[in-house]
Amino acid sequence: MAGLATAFGSGAMTNSINEISDAACIFAIGTNTTVAHPIIGLQIKKAVQNGAKLIVANPGKIDLCRFAGLFLQHRPGTDVALLMGMMRVIVDEGLSDLSFIEKRTENIEDFKNSLASFDLNFVEQTTGVSREKIIEAVRTYATCKPAIVLYSMGITQHSHGTDNVLAISNLALLTGNIGKRGAGVNPLRGQNNVQGACDMGALPNVYPGYQRVEDPEVRRRFEAAWNSSLNDSPGLTLTEIFNAIDEGKIKALHLVGENPVLSDANAKHVEESLKRLEFLVVQDIFLSETARFADVILPAASFAEKDGTFTNTERRVQRIRKAIEPIGEAKPDWWIQCQIAKKLGRQGFDFSHPMEIMEEIASLTPNYKGISYERLENGGLQWPCVTREHPGTPILHTERFPTKTGRGKFMPLRYKPAAEIPDDEYPLLLTTDRSLYHYHTGTMTRKVDGLNVLRNHELVEINQKDATALGITDGEVVRVISRRGEVTAKVKVRDVFSSGVVSMTFHFAESPTNVLTSPALDPVAKIPETKVCAVRIEKLEG
Amino acid sequence: MDKISLTIDGQEIIANNGTTILETALENGIYIPHLCHHPDLEPVGVCRLCMVEIKGRGLTISCKAPVEEGMVARTESNEINKARRMAVELLIVNHHADCLSCAKNTQCKLQEVANYIGIEEKRLQRLRKPTGQFAIDTSNPFFDRDPNRCVLCGICVRTCEEIQGVSAIDFAFRGYGTTVSTFGNKPLLESRCESCGECVVRCPVGALIPKNVQQPSREVKSICPYCGCGCGIYLGVRGSTIVNLRGDPDNPVNRGSLCVKGRFGYEFINHPERLTRPLIKRNGKFVEVAWDEALNFVAKRLADYKGGHFAFIASAKCTNEENYLFQKFTRTVMGTNNIDHCARL
Repeated sequence: MAGLATAFGSGAMTNSINEISDAACIFAIGTNTTVAHPIIGLQIKKAVQNGAKLIVANPGKIDLCRFAGLFLQHRPGTDVALLMGMMRVIVDEGLSDLSFIEKRTENIEDFKNSLASFDLNFVEQTTGVSREKIIEAVRTYATCKPAIVLYSMGITQHSHGTDNVLAISNLALLTGNIGKRGAGVNPLRGQNNVQGACDMGALPNVYPGYQRVEDPEVRRRFEAAWNSSLNDSPGLTLTEIFNAIDEGKIKALHLVGENPVLSDANAKHVEESLKRLEFLVVQDIFLSETARFADVILPAASFAEKDGTFTNTERRVQRIRKAIEPIGEAKPDWWIQCQIAKKLGRQGFDFSHPMEIMEEIASLTPNYKGISYERLENGGLQWPCVTREHPGTPILHTERFPTKTGRGKFMPLRYKPAAEIPDDEYPLLLTTDRSLYHYHTGTMTRKVDGLNVLRNHELVEINQKDATALGITDGEVVRVISRRGEVTAKVKVRDVFSSGVVSMTFHFAESPTNVLTSPALDPVAKIPETKVCAVRIEKLEG
Repeated sequence: MDKISLTIDGQEIIANNGTTILETALENGIYIPHLCHHPDLEPVGVCRLCMVEIKGRGLTISCKAPVEEGMVARTESNEINKARRMAVELLIVNHHADCLSCAKNTQCKLQEVANYIGIEEKRLQRLRKPTGQFAIDTSNPFFDRDPNRCVLCGICVRTCEEIQGVSAIDFAFRGYGTTVSTFGNKPLLESRCESCGECVVRCPVGALIPKNVQQPSREVKSICPYCGCGCGIYLGVRGSTIVNLRGDPDNPVNRGSLCVKGRFGYEFINHPERLTRPLIKRNGKFVEVAWDEALNFVAKRLADYKGGHFAFIASAKCTNEENYLFQKFTRTVMGTNNIDHCARL
């Protein structure tokens, strides 16, 4: 999100899901859409049926490739090289949208200079994609308008994830594919309410509505509203929190509905950190792998047992409604948090229904100002929704960008390889993926018998060539070892990835893949590089 | 959209140009029997039930006939009745007639059609095929496939191909033996079926039926808790249990569609392993305590860590309202900005 915020002043999908079917060209990079966002996948398929051109760029030959006119199989971690190479062709062939660049953007010259180091020989060698394919893809994207870009974790989970995002925003600016129906730069967010959690300021550097904690004027406003003096220095990010626990700086952790023991890179380290805490309180609906380390566990109500709102990946705020009473003595998280705050003697937590909390949110968050439960009864609203009459905003940046100058900013980039690349000792590149049948760490889906029938174990996907070289066969259980740990899992021989690349999910506690992954962080967004690390595969003894 | 006028059964009707006679009739409250028509799918005209008579043109199937200016159509005549009676008899003749034990009872399109046209058991007896039954495929964990109740309308086949782009099933074999099956006639579980259940939702009869069907006593509109798509759903409730779930046809994101997790992955809600009481760890073991005790304990301990010694990990699974409170709590009660969640994962 940090990348998009730099270029466009706002980090969210610029367009809406139903616009995918209006695009003349769909460029899907770093998203296994039919698996991770199946309903968006349906829209892509429908668009292709109606004549849209689909370009897929992915290290794996994913299901979506069946519908693609063009498939660019670039090596994991080489997205910047691929995208900058594409833009070099756009500039060289005169395919840029000059009037858009002049009217709506800034910094084009600096950016053009940075294209110099991306000649197609270099790009071909780095990405493993032939120049013919790159040129064909570019010509399609730049001439079939409107063209929409969809991306997901395949772009962001890298030590240079912010650069990847900036490369995509450059591409859209260069071709004028922003602020129009069926175009735009569209990150497909992973969790049901990850967009909302960001919007609400569950982030170390911003209050609700992405208002910066260092900004004195903003801070004064929140201090007045909350009747409290506020800390002016940004806090720590998730990965930094665990490092700070190791250093003894953070001693108490309050964790709600997350399972970092399985979900976070270098998971062993996470476990050790949790053990080091003086006090850990966890709120969850199940005794997760993480909750086992807690001093106190508070039983939470599930989404079906409470009222509230979720904000989806296209910025649509929608109502969830209480269908049944909480199971046992479980309580909604909002209630629990209010009780703890009140026990600590704090005012401002006297809420009897989430509706009242939304009123406070709307009063402090400009993008949510026009949102109320009353209005949401008639369906969701897409932010920015700035007044009680505002219909919501399906397309961002139609007139101007919310940057200081009002213009979209081109960002010069250079290619940086992944932090950990295969070597003699760890010769294979491991990337992480998801299964259609499970979700994240499986806290919910592993509790559904039928989904376990469809899949109940981890699979290391490896191509035939590498499997033969290692003397392993389909269905065999092997050890996968990285510098940080090892797990065992069954082998699936499939030619989805090219030679030298293997893939695993992280849904299965029995084979905790994130024991292996790399904690190398993107310097801006602080995302760990779970999409690239070096491993070796060994047969089990005997 | 252009409007045109036509006459159906003597009624003057204004219709959208480009629609079919069947769609126009149904929209205007004129029932024409049909089985293979589905508003989400391209018309194929295989069931031959939606026969109408167009003046000057004779019998035609209305699901494939576009409306035309000045067209005059009839939905009832001896000739129409004769043709569609034979068509429905051939469909029904080998269909299991144990409607009361069928999960689709009262919501079955074949019942609707048979009621409208009228069935004579004597005529059916002559038509019955001599051979035995098809095996029921129970391999999928979420739904069963019973070819004996299938009317070969092909709605499932077209859903899988046109909407899902998966094409896990198609027509197989010939004549009496015709059935809908997977590649190599394998069980669904071994096919490329993705278990989305879209075919089950559209099946007009009892050939594709969810396992353990329980009708809900009420439905509650909500949003799917899995990925960031934010699909609209209806939770089907019976007592204090979620017994089924369906897509919200009016939600602009999914327009009724759902994936396998969204449609079938709700069992976790009433799972016996849900946490039901607050727990405090004493001597390495979790002990159940009352809420008040747990909350007092948490408040007492947290009071010692105000400022930089505290951090909060919020949740992308929780609501906006809850995440708002988490950060307000961290910032105002604990005095730190150390709050983050899994946005980066």
